[in-house]
Amino acid sequence: MDFKLKIWRQKNAREKGGFRTYPINDVSPEMSFLEMLDYLNKQIIESGGEPVTFEHDCREGICGSCGLFINGRPHGPMRRTTTCELHMREFTDGDTIVIEPWRSKAFPIIKDLVVDRSSFERIMHAGGFISVDTGSAPESNSLPVSKNNSDKAFDAAACIGCGACVAACKNSSAMLFAAAKIAQYALVTQGKAEAKERVDKMVRQMDAEGFGYCSNTYGCEFDCPKGISIDFIALMNREFFSSKVCRQIPGRYTRKV
Amino acid sequence: MQKLDSKIPDGPLAEKWKNYKAGLRLVSPANKKKIEIIVVGTGLAGSAAASSLGELGYKVKVFCFQDSPRRAHSVAAQGGINAAKNYRNDNDSVYRLFHDMIKGGDYRAREANVYRAAEVSNDVIDHFTALGVPFARDYGGTLDTRSFGGVQVSRTFYARGQTGQQCLLGTYSSLNRQIAKGTVKMYPRRDMLDIVVINGKARGIITRNLLTGQLERHSAHAVVLATGGYGTVFYLSTLGLGSNATAAWSAFKKGALFANPSFIQIHPTSIPVLNDYQCKLTLMSESLRNDGRVWVPKKKGDKRHPTEIPEEERDYYLERRYPAFGNLVPRDVASRAAKERCDAGYGAGDSGLSVYLDFKDAIGKQGEDKIRDKYGNLFEMYEKITGINPYRQPMRIYPAGHYTMGGLWVDYNLMTTIPGLFAIGESNFSDHGANRLGASSLMQCCGDGYFILPNTLSDYLADDIRTGKIPVDEKAFEEAEENVSERIKQIMSVEGKQTISSFHKRLGKIMWDHCGMKRDSEGLKKGLELLDQLEEEFWADIRIPGSEGELNQELEKALKVADFFEVGRLMCEDALQREESCGAHFREEHQTETGEAKRDDKNFAYVGAWEYRGKGEKPGLHKEELKFEYVELKERSYK
Amino acid sequence: MKKKATTLPSLSQKYIMAVAGIFLMLFLIFHLATNLLMLAGDGGKQFGNVVNFLTENPAVKIMEYILFAGFLLHIILGVILQVHNYRARPVRYHSRLQTETSQFSRYMIHTGVIILVFLVIHLMNFFFIRLGWVAVPDHAESRHDFFSMAVVLFQNPWYSLVYIVSFVFLGFHLKHAFQSAFQSLGLNHTKYTPAIKVIGTIYALAISIGFSLIPLYFLFIF
Repeated sequence: MDFKLKIWRQKNAREKGGFRTYPINDVSPEMSFLEMLDYLNKQIIESGGEPVTFEHDCREGICGSCGLFINGRPHGPMRRTTTCELHMREFTDGDTIVIEPWRSKAFPIIKDLVVDRSSFERIMHAGGFISVDTGSAPESNSLPVSKNNSDKAFDAAACIGCGACVAACKNSSAMLFAAAKIAQYALVTQGKAEAKERVDKMVRQMDAEGFGYCSNTYGCEFDCPKGISIDFIALMNREFFSSKVCRQIPGRYTRKV
Repeated sequence: MQKLDSKIPDGPLAEKWKNYKAGLRLVSPANKKKIEIIVVGTGLAGSAAASSLGELGYKVKVFCFQDSPRRAHSVAAQGGINAAKNYRNDNDSVYRLFHDMIKGGDYRAREANVYRAAEVSNDVIDHFTALGVPFARDYGGTLDTRSFGGVQVSRTFYARGQTGQQCLLGTYSSLNRQIAKGTVKMYPRRDMLDIVVINGKARGIITRNLLTGQLERHSAHAVVLATGGYGTVFYLSTLGLGSNATAAWSAFKKGALFANPSFIQIHPTSIPVLNDYQCKLTLMSESLRNDGRVWVPKKKGDKRHPTEIPEEERDYYLERRYPAFGNLVPRDVASRAAKERCDAGYGAGDSGLSVYLDFKDAIGKQGEDKIRDKYGNLFEMYEKITGINPYRQPMRIYPAGHYTMGGLWVDYNLMTTIPGLFAIGESNFSDHGANRLGASSLMQCCGDGYFILPNTLSDYLADDIRTGKIPVDEKAFEEAEENVSERIKQIMSVEGKQTISSFHKRLGKIMWDHCGMKRDSEGLKKGLELLDQLEEEFWADIRIPGSEGELNQELEKALKVADFFEVGRLMCEDALQREESCGAHFREEHQTETGEAKRDDKNFAYVGAWEYRGKGEKPGLHKEELKFEYVELKERSYK
Repeated sequence: MKKKATTLPSLSQKYIMAVAGIFLMLFLIFHLATNLLMLAGDGGKQFGNVVNFLTENPAVKIMEYILFAGFLLHIILGVILQVHNYRARPVRYHSRLQTETSQFSRYMIHTGVIILVFLVIHLMNFFFIRLGWVAVPDHAESRHDFFSMAVVLFQNPWYSLVYIVSFVFLGFHLKHAFQSAFQSLGLNHTKYTPAIKVIGTIYALAISIGFSLIPLYFLFIF
């Protein structure tokens, strides 16, 4: 298969970037998208150029490193697929493929297609944990969690932190990312004790990072490679409301832990 | 030659750790604040260690090469994590888990270490549950388990097919909590390139900031390596592409012994190679063998579509050869059996290098929904990569390089032969012998990081309460930085034509062909020769575009691949000296008439620990005798 | 690098937007019900009665202020959010975003602005007259005689067209707004959310069609 690749090139954070077009021939339909880029880079290096820099590691859709904006969609045309799992058989021979980095104020570009997602880290630092020290855990089965809640918590916890939700959102909002973590802990018994503080802190940090606000377009859900549901955003909204209102009612805060 | 002291405590097996721990020294809370610890790597072991050390009050610095600790390759572990909870009432116990691991490791692991790993396994599960890790549960709200290869009890806790991810996010969350508290400082996007030894003690590391290219010096009172395995030496492996041996290798070059380098697990169920530019093999969890049946056509070179091959023309070779364990034989056995069939010409697919893993019977019995519930994400993954729907036709699988049982030699304290340098998780050698049982790696990593290392490290640090901050302008730091910078310059100065990856690919092929699933003396020697030739070519003909003072992925790769030549050589040397077959190490010369591994306990019941003796010098072999007081050495039979 | 947020939390703003929106949606039902009385065929008698009742009732007066506040809040917050969201992506994508989104959800600000323009015209034609801010037209008996004002206005086909088009856009706006408000308030349910979506569509259709009936009536039947 032959393609024309239109790729965003940017030397570093300070310099201005722009698109460059690369023709690429003899691509096997069995290649993954990133293998296709490896193949391109091999050709670029051998002809004395500078290869395209992009992030990747596990190449099996779980580490969340890779993330390219391909033809107007994060992670390309396949739903529930990360860039590394996308294969060239999904494209038509002769296509022009436009490859851009994630675009968001909270994800500044580092080089070419690599962006800085440390804003996600800071949201996690704000409250993405259950405060329990090593050694203080009770016996696992002493706190039952209903299968339904546990399964839902897993669905939320499947987030790989790739940032596609932000990239897909017209507002570059990170609500799905934050909500996934907040929901995971809100759904398991173990996380309930500090659920209220968590949602408050994480939402504030998310705002501080300069992400846009949610306007319920649900684009994030559509393009999330792990299919995380916007139901969790609703759950976060609910948690937030109770942190602002119910928590302020004396005596009410200690209930249903 | 230094004597290897494994520091295994005396006393009955079940009491060893308890009694030993009670005797370990402590560091007072006020002194902990003054003591710095470096942890390299943020996988399960690294982030668990960093967070628990942070909780204790030490000043911890953590390094990883990714942009976030959450991306460490522990994330890709699928199947589960073992613990001796005996929740299924199937007569499981710490002793049984220990016994299974020793046997699974083909009697090449230390009894005391393995017992301890089994002992803390229950605490790991409790801690993860408290951290909100969404393990699978039953309707009553209690934790569910499943069975796994190589054992006859159901002790594997799991979170669908993403147990590693969920556990890693658990340790990541505890790490985040400490980062927020300020006890842990995170340094992402750093490659550790050298270790700094002052007066015989590990006192710091040299890192390269991957964004700016700047070399940085970091000092501490102790250094913990949690840098994983070196499986990417095969190029095509189930590891992340960034995984490397550099940190462990720099420790080796500074005097840490490297144990059992040739013990490298080939995982039986990975998706086979589909194209020439493939640089990664994707694992399909071993748990699939619970319900999937492995087969090849009975007729040689049968190229019919798998669904067209009738039942009676299928050879369920695992069930045939190993009736007791069937499809659930340990990984090394399953891998070799697959290779044996393919080499004999019965392999499936165009290349003939794959076997079928069939779910037809399981779907028929349990229904598609139940199977989807158990393995949904794995099936999805398979379909994405191959374009084939495994609910309708069997998967094709083939073995792939996966896990390194070998690693830095450590004593009972998890300390290497360099005082103050500790190695945990996959980067050490201690718990899996010559073969790792499924779902034991998560268990070991977390046990090391959360429950073992904090105790033994405190004991070591008890001597350091008066040392004060280690200055980074010491001569040793200067020299180490100089060396690293020299090496980078050397790499950048080669102005050849070929890419790093093309060398890595050729290197991987040499290793796979000569030091892979089956080895023989001649092949290993040939491999050594080829490695030398390739390395020479590497240093003459690599091309690294760009400069060293920026984000330069080619340079990063080059630094890693350069080490792999040396790693590969050591693997071959180790495989050569071990004139027996055990676990993942299979020497063609040493097999039974039925093609099973033939162990030689009389001469080889030892850990082969290698010492670096300078560039171009042959490394020196030290032997740590393995004493088995509680387990009787038997032929490992799964028949 | 620890950053601190200075504004009202995003989720609080979302809540306010949703509550104001729901309030306005309730108002629309009431407004439509009143307006449909014009179609009673009694020369606007019943309609006039209701208008008189409403203008004289002090409670309604208070509601009017609240309504105004609701409108202002919804509009101003909408604009602020839009500006914030626009600035959250300083460099736009080269390719057009192909991600599938909830119908009309991407164009809330666009439909919102169209509705705002219409709202201004609408207020000038009716409400401001009543308040005495705009002069009473010659054909109306008093500043409360909305019926006569409506008759004249709607018999102008251009005005009617603008009116209908505006309500079509309002329909688009509401189609997303209805279920979106529930989502924002966290009122999400495995079983009932699909129903809410259907009700939202029905509601949006009812409002646009209902209001559009009035100009059509005056153009073709009255």
